[in-house]
Amino acid sequence: MGKTYVVVAEVRDGSLRQVTLEALQAVSIACQEGDSTAAVLIGSQTTKLASELAGYVDGQIYSIDHPELEIYNPETYLNVMKSVFERVTPDVVMLGHTAQGRDLGPAIAAHLGAGQISDVIAIEKGDADEVIYTRPLYAGKAFEQKQFTGGAQVVTIRPNNINPTEAAASAGEVVELDYAPSASLRSIVKDVVRKTSGKVDLTEAKIVISGGRGVKSAEGFKPLEELADVLHGAVGASRAACDAGYCDYSMQIGQTGKVVTPEIYIACGISGAIQHLAGMSQSRVIIAINKDPEAPIFKVADYGIVGDLFEVVPLLTQEFRKVLV
Amino acid sequence: MNIFVLLKQTFDTEERIVINNGEISDDGVKYVMNPYDEYAVEEALLQRDQHGGTITVVGVGPDRTAEALRTALAMGADEAVLISNDGLATDEYTVSRLLAAYLGQQSYDLILGGNFSVDSGGGQVAVRLAQLLDIPHTSSITKLAINGQQAVVDRDAEGDTETVEVSLPAVFTAQQGLNEPRYPSLPGIMKAKKKPFHRMAIGDLALSVSDAAAKTKRISLSLPPKREAGRILQGDHAQQAAELVNLLRTEAKLI
Repeated sequence: MGKTYVVVAEVRDGSLRQVTLEALQAVSIACQEGDSTAAVLIGSQTTKLASELAGYVDGQIYSIDHPELEIYNPETYLNVMKSVFERVTPDVVMLGHTAQGRDLGPAIAAHLGAGQISDVIAIEKGDADEVIYTRPLYAGKAFEQKQFTGGAQVVTIRPNNINPTEAAASAGEVVELDYAPSASLRSIVKDVVRKTSGKVDLTEAKIVISGGRGVKSAEGFKPLEELADVLHGAVGASRAACDAGYCDYSMQIGQTGKVVTPEIYIACGISGAIQHLAGMSQSRVIIAINKDPEAPIFKVADYGIVGDLFEVVPLLTQEFRKVLV
Repeated sequence: MNIFVLLKQTFDTEERIVINNGEISDDGVKYVMNPYDEYAVEEALLQRDQHGGTITVVGVGPDRTAEALRTALAMGADEAVLISNDGLATDEYTVSRLLAAYLGQQSYDLILGGNFSVDSGGGQVAVRLAQLLDIPHTSSITKLAINGQQAVVDRDAEGDTETVEVSLPAVFTAQQGLNEPRYPSLPGIMKAKKKPFHRMAIGDLALSVSDAAAKTKRISLSLPPKREAGRILQGDHAQQAAELVNLLRTEAKLI
């Protein structure tokens, strides 16, 4: 009998996240003839997204739609997953390595008594058709190839590393499951302050503009934000900028902080400490803007501009505007 | 309040990685307490200051892990427990089973850990542990306020902030910004030497080797391809900016 793959879809700002399509692609790399795929969509007002998802999955889409599920809560979402597992016994569960997937994945793994390989950036088949997962160590200073040794499996996929899946040959079947709110929740999300609404998520961004000590103040991020707006990119920061209080820690890129792998990474006023390089050196093209020609960041940059970011960045914004508008 | 802090020892983030005979070389490497765990220890100290109680730091790993545990004792924790994984095929599954077997025999109100470890970075152990102990968890917190058996935490969800009410006992993992970890003081370091330090192994826990055996294995290691320095653009800043945009279009073909 074939294996059953279950992909936990994720919704952000009312849309399916791209990492869900990347996880579906990961499944199609891993699976073999006779295996089956199901998807799980948890949220509020999921009907439209469920039929969209059905276009990518030749299998069942379990849609669980309830106002209480609008915001991720580890307890309610795990309860939903348990109810899905009563209908379908998973061999492999795949999720995005996102705030939600990082949290839900290990909870599912513990519930299933499963092994988990987190933060996967590549999947391939070995000589004996075994599935090999590649993931970073030390935030990308090294990589390891891993395999499961048996039992159920949970995998989280890092955004932006595996190509998203194409539409399926035949559409899947949406199965609506009821949600029974629990009267005895031990954790309740009381409030959400959306600071990122309408902004591009840092870990999924195709273009990241990042500021270091050289931005000098919170206001110093302004020109970087303007450039990000023109490029539909996201703004990140080095640890030095966060520690100095110029910006929120949620923007930090590095071994402590986030790892990003955009197509274009523009480092502004960042010297390039090893712990920062770990978090961005897998970017496709790296651009460095720094006053100090000796800054280590130039050693990994494809293109470098020696100069004051406050002069160079607005000029760049102007140039990009010319070609993009 | 009985507070437990989960600790891991990691390479210092300044370390470069060298692979020798298919293994990551630890030759001359400086080990530290996982940076995210420092926030967890600091938060335990702050909570104990407010609510009283004892702090036990617990680590799973080889003998050298004792150093990171002693650092936590020097910061002000009361007791340390080192669970040896000697001879055990270890992954996050293993570590969570060992911790659950140990904590299952303890009385706990609050369990704190780091958001993830800066070495293997799986971010699994604390969440798995909460499930195994059947208590709630919130990961990646930037604020913790405890009132009786109720905690109110702020959770960093990729830049958004969620406020979550959680009943204790519970597991929380620390995100940057939760607090400013203190450095161990000299008197703290002296006192740490006299604090209780317990060592145990799987045989001391109600767990068999096969129940704890890893569910995943590493088959190979590699280093990222080395990046070469590219080109420094010439001319004045306006010319450099124009050239860069042109290169991104024609050479890198990214815009």
